[in-house]
Amino acid sequence: MEHITDSQGPLWEVFTQKKSGQPYQHAGSLHAFDKEMALENARDLFSRRGEATGLWVVPASEIVAVKPGDAAPFFDPADDKIYRHPTFYEVPEGVKNL
Amino acid sequence: MELQEKLDAFQQYIDAEEKIEPKDWMPDEYRRHCIRQISQHAHSEVIGMQPEGNWITRAPTLRAKKILLAKIQDEGGHGLYLYSAAETLGISRDEMIRQLHEGKAKYSSVFNYPTLNWADIGAIGWLVDGAAVTNQLSLRRTSYGPYSRAMLRICNEESFHQRQGYEIMTKMANGTPEQRRMAQDALDRWWWPALMMFGPHDNNSPRTYNGIVWKIKRAGNDELRQRFIDKTVPQAEFLGLKIPDPQLQWNEATGHYETGEINWDEFHRVISGDGPCNRQRMEHHKRVHEEGAWVREAAEAFARRRKAENLTEAIA
Ligand SMILES: [Fe+2]
Ligand SMILES: [Fe+2]
Repeated sequence: MEHITDSQGPLWEVFTQKKSGQPYQHAGSLHAFDKEMALENARDLFSRRGEATGLWVVPASEIVAVKPGDAAPFFDPADDKIYRHPTFYEVPEGVKNL
Repeated sequence: MELQEKLDAFQQYIDAEEKIEPKDWMPDEYRRHCIRQISQHAHSEVIGMQPEGNWITRAPTLRAKKILLAKIQDEGGHGLYLYSAAETLGISRDEMIRQLHEGKAKYSSVFNYPTLNWADIGAIGWLVDGAAVTNQLSLRRTSYGPYSRAMLRICNEESFHQRQGYEIMTKMANGTPEQRRMAQDALDRWWWPALMMFGPHDNNSPRTYNGIVWKIKRAGNDELRQRFIDKTVPQAEFLGLKIPDPQLQWNEATGHYETGEINWDEFHRVISGDGPCNRQRMEHHKRVHEEGAWVREAAEAFARRRKAENLTEAIA
């Protein structure tokens, strides 16, 4: 694939919070030349109908992710620890509010 | 892993309705197919702003003007969601725009028709957005994750597009005899181009097969077209307007409408550049892109200077 310098500015990832108190979720990505422009573009692109009460923008180059090929071994330490789930435990009959 | 093993594992993953994400391994042809389909979809959203933009300054009321502006702004946003989705496959935004300008990437042929009267804006929202949303609802289940997420977002926004178009048609169809005539005229001119938006018959569409097997597309062109026809014909009847197809009839046995044949010569002529507005659309896009170059350059220079200032501050 041809690689040409992009004239649209670097890529940013956008996270929106739909309601106060809720977690921020990835909404999509956009191009912008600086932080202010990234925030304004994110507002115009991802919250034209009041979909956001909060916005984060992060340069895409700063995001660190698990490589898909490494995901299985990376996450497998949790696989054999069923005692981390409440369903692992037996609650004696007659005991309430546990 | 051998290539065949990888391909088999890829197909199994897709058959299990899992989504392919940007960093996952994928066959080169899957990547190319997605880039082609998503970038053409993006170009269609953006070029589609032109025929409607033609009426912003002449909208009959301030209310109509505000609605049209909001609708067109949404289409620009749809273009941006889709360009971003295509970029995750390794193609740059610049390259996609270059391919559009060089005629290597296409966009939906429907946007090469002119908007001659105000009822055309109604017909576009009702028929063109109606056809687009039929396709896009199905594409929410596409196997490529970023494309699927863009479709979800777009479908949520589309719901008002079709309604605002149908509202214009309702007003015109129930208005003065002249308005009624304009509404019928708009339907006459937009009906067939809207049906062409679904593309050639599946048995004439070389790419449908791969697209369906890899679940990039979730339904064939003909099936989607039929869905659109079945829901749109009763809407035209409600308006008291006549679909411009003498062969149109309801088939009791199949539960579907049957239509006459699409003029495929016209379809191929318009898609290959010889429609009423192809040159105008492309010239406009190029001119605006070139006229905006100084804005991008200035923004880049400003960002560079800001960075340098922040660095000297940090050192001082
Ligand atoms: Fe759209
Ligand atoms: Fe739309």
